[in-house]
Amino acid sequence: MTTNKKELAVAALQNGTVIDHIPSSMLFKAVKILGIEKLQTHITIGNNLESSKLGTKGIIKVADVLFPEAILNRIALIAPSAKVNIIRDFEVVEKHRVSLPETIVGIVKCNNPKCITNNEPMKTRFEVVDNDDVTIRCHYCGHTVKSSEAIID
Amino acid sequence: MNSSSLVSISDISKEEILSLLNQARYFEENPNHKILDGKVIATLFFEPSTRTRLSFETAVNRLGGRIIGFSDASTTSSSKGETLKDTIKMVSNYVDLIIMRHYLEGAARYASEVTDTPVINAGDGANQHPSQTMLDLYSIYKTQGTLDNLTITMVGDLKYGRTVHSLLMAMQYFNPTFRFVACDELKMPAEYKDFCDKNGIKYTEHKEFSAEVINSSDIIYMTRVQRERFTDIMEYERVKNLYTLHNAMLDGSRDNLRILHPLPRVNEIDYDVDDNPKAYYFQQAQNGLYARQAIICKALGIDINKEDK
Repeated sequence: MTTNKKELAVAALQNGTVIDHIPSSMLFKAVKILGIEKLQTHITIGNNLESSKLGTKGIIKVADVLFPEAILNRIALIAPSAKVNIIRDFEVVEKHRVSLPETIVGIVKCNNPKCITNNEPMKTRFEVVDNDDVTIRCHYCGHTVKSSEAIID
Repeated sequence: MNSSSLVSISDISKEEILSLLNQARYFEENPNHKILDGKVIATLFFEPSTRTRLSFETAVNRLGGRIIGFSDASTTSSSKGETLKDTIKMVSNYVDLIIMRHYLEGAARYASEVTDTPVINAGDGANQHPSQTMLDLYSIYKTQGTLDNLTITMVGDLKYGRTVHSLLMAMQYFNPTFRFVACDELKMPAEYKDFCDKNGIKYTEHKEFSAEVINSSDIIYMTRVQRERFTDIMEYERVKNLYTLHNAMLDGSRDNLRILHPLPRVNEIDYDVDDNPKAYYFQQAQNGLYARQAIICKALGIDINKEDK
């Protein structure tokens, strides 16, 4: 096999999902967004791996799970460069970048303490107002925040 | 959101704004018009506001509707920990329309999403206050005969003042020229200047409230400069009187100039301006009644033109 040994250093997957090219500083936010803490399948998380594009990167490998597209795309909030690989029988059968949804329900906490969403048992809702620097605006109070600085709940 | 609600001025189109202004004019000519007979309207004021509440309640009364509600949330179940959602759901069972003010930002938007009963936002924290914007627009329209191609000077607290921000957004359809007069600490935020740039709205910024600015204005919109907005109290002491309007400053102003202020004023307009015919802030407050009558009818789907036939 001619597979990259660096990749194998983390662990090869037979079936499942690999999320690669996550900036190191965002890795654990990405873990939180995916909500994989509750999964029972094998999960491998690597960080500070060498990356020609990012300097260092993080990677998440989840065995036997295919995430809904809507969940994966939430990662675009904090890691627009992330790539999703779908693995079947050790082969990458699908590879694509995450893409930012127009609205984000839940996940992000509004950083305005006087926002209704921080005072009622309800889901937050943000709209993407600037795709380039990923600025999102609270649907309720109108406050804007760069998603890289957003509080992930 | 149910489509009859009015949460933010940006929810309504140019046509709807013009239609509301026409209806406001109708109500100014016919303030007592019993078209809400049999309707019950809730005024839920989770935060006290005498002026806005009295104006809305007068509007309902003059239209022949009935009012339930509260003017202080401490006497209600929300003080027992009831959620806003539950309060709104409960009240929706009783009434045809909810008019609400809340101290939390986004509260009215959320309320409009949890009920099919229309909701009018009478102010949600520092966020939106669309009925104030409608009465400002009506005051401008009435005094100038048009909303188009006017030079509007905004003075004072342009950073935190929600009324100037909403007015700026609403004027986007009418080719205005803005003059923003404020000190560095309270200048117009970049997002609103970006909004002007994107929409081709002309504006200039000034630190000095000069004769040149005053004499080229059709509308001067004064706002209160609040001490608590300043991180540096010395700075407040230095600028507080720079943005006070005195009668003598109006000597070279245009005949059609009118002075607006959302009230309450403290010292930003000298009392010697009150008797100048260009002072319009008290009539402006009165226009709030007509603007709110129009807003209430729109929310209830009542077309006064049809009602008249």
